[in-house]
Amino acid sequence: MGKIEWAMWANEQALASGLILLTGGIVGVAGQFRGWPFAAYIISAAGVFVCLLEYPRSKRAKGTSVERTGQYCFTVCVKSFGPLTRNYYVRAFLHAAICVPGGFMLATVLGCVCLGIASLIYLAAAIRGEHWEPVLPQKETTRKTDPVSVRNPPEMPPPRPPPEVRRKRVDDLEGAAYDNPIPVSDK
Amino acid sequence: IKYHQLTRLSLTRQHALSWARAPAACLNFNCMLILLPVCRNLLSFLRGTIQCCSRTAARQLDRNLTFHKLVAYMIAFHTAVHIGAHLFNFEFFMDAQLDRNSSLLPFILSEIGTGDNASFLNPIRTNETSPTIVMFTTIAGLTGVVITLALILIITSSMEVIRRSYFEVFWYTHHLFVIFFIGLVFHGFGRIVRGQTAASLKTNRPDVCADQFEDWGNNGSECAVPEFAGNPPMTWKWVVGPMILYVCERLVRLYRSHQKVVITKVVMHPSKTLELQMKRKGFHMEVGQYVFIQCPSVSRLEWHPFTLTSAPEEDYFSAHIRIVGDWTQALYEACGGDKTEPQEAWKLPKLAIDGPFGTASEDVFRYEVVMLVGAGIGVTPFASILKSVWYKRIQNNQDVFTKKIYFYWLCPETQAFEWFADLLQSLEGQMAEKGVTDFLSYNIYLTRWKETEAAHFRVHHEAENDPITGLKQKTLYGKPNWDNEFTHIASKHPGTKVGVFLCGPPQLGKSLEKQSLSHTEGDVKFIFNKENF
Repeated sequence: MGKIEWAMWANEQALASGLILLTGGIVGVAGQFRGWPFAAYIISAAGVFVCLLEYPRSKRAKGTSVERTGQYCFTVCVKSFGPLTRNYYVRAFLHAAICVPGGFMLATVLGCVCLGIASLIYLAAAIRGEHWEPVLPQKETTRKTDPVSVRNPPEMPPPRPPPEVRRKRVDDLEGAAYDNPIPVSDK
Repeated sequence: IKYHQLTRLSLTRQHALSWARAPAACLNFNCMLILLPVCRNLLSFLRGTIQCCSRTAARQLDRNLTFHKLVAYMIAFHTAVHIGAHLFNFEFFMDAQLDRNSSLLPFILSEIGTGDNASFLNPIRTNETSPTIVMFTTIAGLTGVVITLALILIITSSMEVIRRSYFEVFWYTHHLFVIFFIGLVFHGFGRIVRGQTAASLKTNRPDVCADQFEDWGNNGSECAVPEFAGNPPMTWKWVVGPMILYVCERLVRLYRSHQKVVITKVVMHPSKTLELQMKRKGFHMEVGQYVFIQCPSVSRLEWHPFTLTSAPEEDYFSAHIRIVGDWTQALYEACGGDKTEPQEAWKLPKLAIDGPFGTASEDVFRYEVVMLVGAGIGVTPFASILKSVWYKRIQNNQDVFTKKIYFYWLCPETQAFEWFADLLQSLEGQMAEKGVTDFLSYNIYLTRWKETEAAHFRVHHEAENDPITGLKQKTLYGKPNWDNEFTHIASKHPGTKVGVFLCGPPQLGKSLEKQSLSHTEGDVKFIFNKENF
């Protein structure tokens, strides 16, 4: 398990916890349980906040990053908080703090514990030195080298030897090869 | 009406307990089902027995992982509804204790059994507690929390992103299912769901007595005080069967892991591919099957699937392993991949093999005409098929049903060619020797290339052999035009069933499936089969 980026799992766990907190809060409000005005509003707000914070996936240190649909605007928002969102220690403590009020109402206890676990995983990620990187489309260098490219049509005809050389000389393949007069560069 | 639900005045909340018990019943059923698709040895056995009767039924067993996931989604959904309903229940039970007013039915019902602590209805026995505390002090509540947590952790670590990148996290976390099942069985042991006893139903009939609750037990009343008892736990009856089957499955895997597997040859191919040739006593395989390999010196708990690339006719079995992650890298080093001199045989690591397990490739020889499409590393099962075809047709002189094979290999880079190209080259040579050149027609497509390479191809356009593979059949560039290919094959083989086999990305699968359907007209039928791992 050496190469794992714990933050990826922590992210999934935290997003799930946010949704659970939100659902618990909604059930609490709908059911008008004891203590519902205070706790349920706080929990729902916390749930929404956690979901927004965790929705954009971080760019992976190694390998391709798979974005969630439509995460670009969230990425921009989260990125604007700078070191607060970049650092996973901050996230770990933030989640630990947010999850505490959830423990007071039965409807949100589950969300509280899940978020607590997510906070622990983030702590592990932070100790291993991971940090959040925004996934920005312009930064992605095109790893695919274009095939004989559709975008830049060749300006010159392909370098072919004169017709007499082009005739198939099976007996003398060595002689049939020639030096390309036009230099070819790797774009 | 019965007394096992404490109702509030509002009509919409009367049935919270039913809302909890319904998903609980569904959960019993789903938890029974979820263990079955992952008993792969059992499925393999079933597949063998069904195959004589109906091949389509047997092929459904290939979709076991999809079924496992679907059942898992249902478990998650029903758990959510179950928990939601119980949240309401806890509130009502608590309210019934807190509104201590003798003119309310819920309070009267809650007071029943306070003396002997046996015939009570309300699981919350006092008003000096809160739902959260009750949850953590009852068996049902505590097991419920534990198994829900286990379920959530299993689900978040099974997301595709985590599974594809960090298989170990997924695999180890998934073992929380043991805790899940233990907790599930004990969830009902506290008998917290209570109902009126049969004896009590005779002395206190709810439809008559519900409104006369102030008179229960009084002289002259026809209603005695009702008595309640807990419902016995039911879940174990559902899951005990599959649990036993799964334990047997793990025992079979354990037994297989102790059978001696000898590595007879290790070949390091370029492009980070490791070939292991092995022997095991009593090993028997069919074409295109896969095995699970475990290397105790690398990891005691991990078994990884690999397609077998050898043919059944050979005296060893082999797998080509691409080095992409922790486990494969460690295996590579254990086999001496990073050393330059050959390794002594006794230094090679001990291995364990589970399998072989069958996939759709076994059906290849049942078609007269066959289209095999492999993308990149997905070509591996076809290596086994082509080798087997060669052995059957040429060496043993058997009359094979398959008359023509069209082979398409899509490759993003030239490096991936080497080990498979060797195979194709030897096949080509041997076919030319025997004069059967039209049996196998293969097309290799290079889907990406660099500018320098392109120039090289242009120059050597006239060469006898292909500049990349060294084969007589030239490499083609770009992606194949499937429409043309299908039309061409349809025209050359009218009135036949053509089997289309793919091992590659899902998008390619979708387009091939569409093409198969659209070109199945008249008397030519294209039947699409997909490999999946």
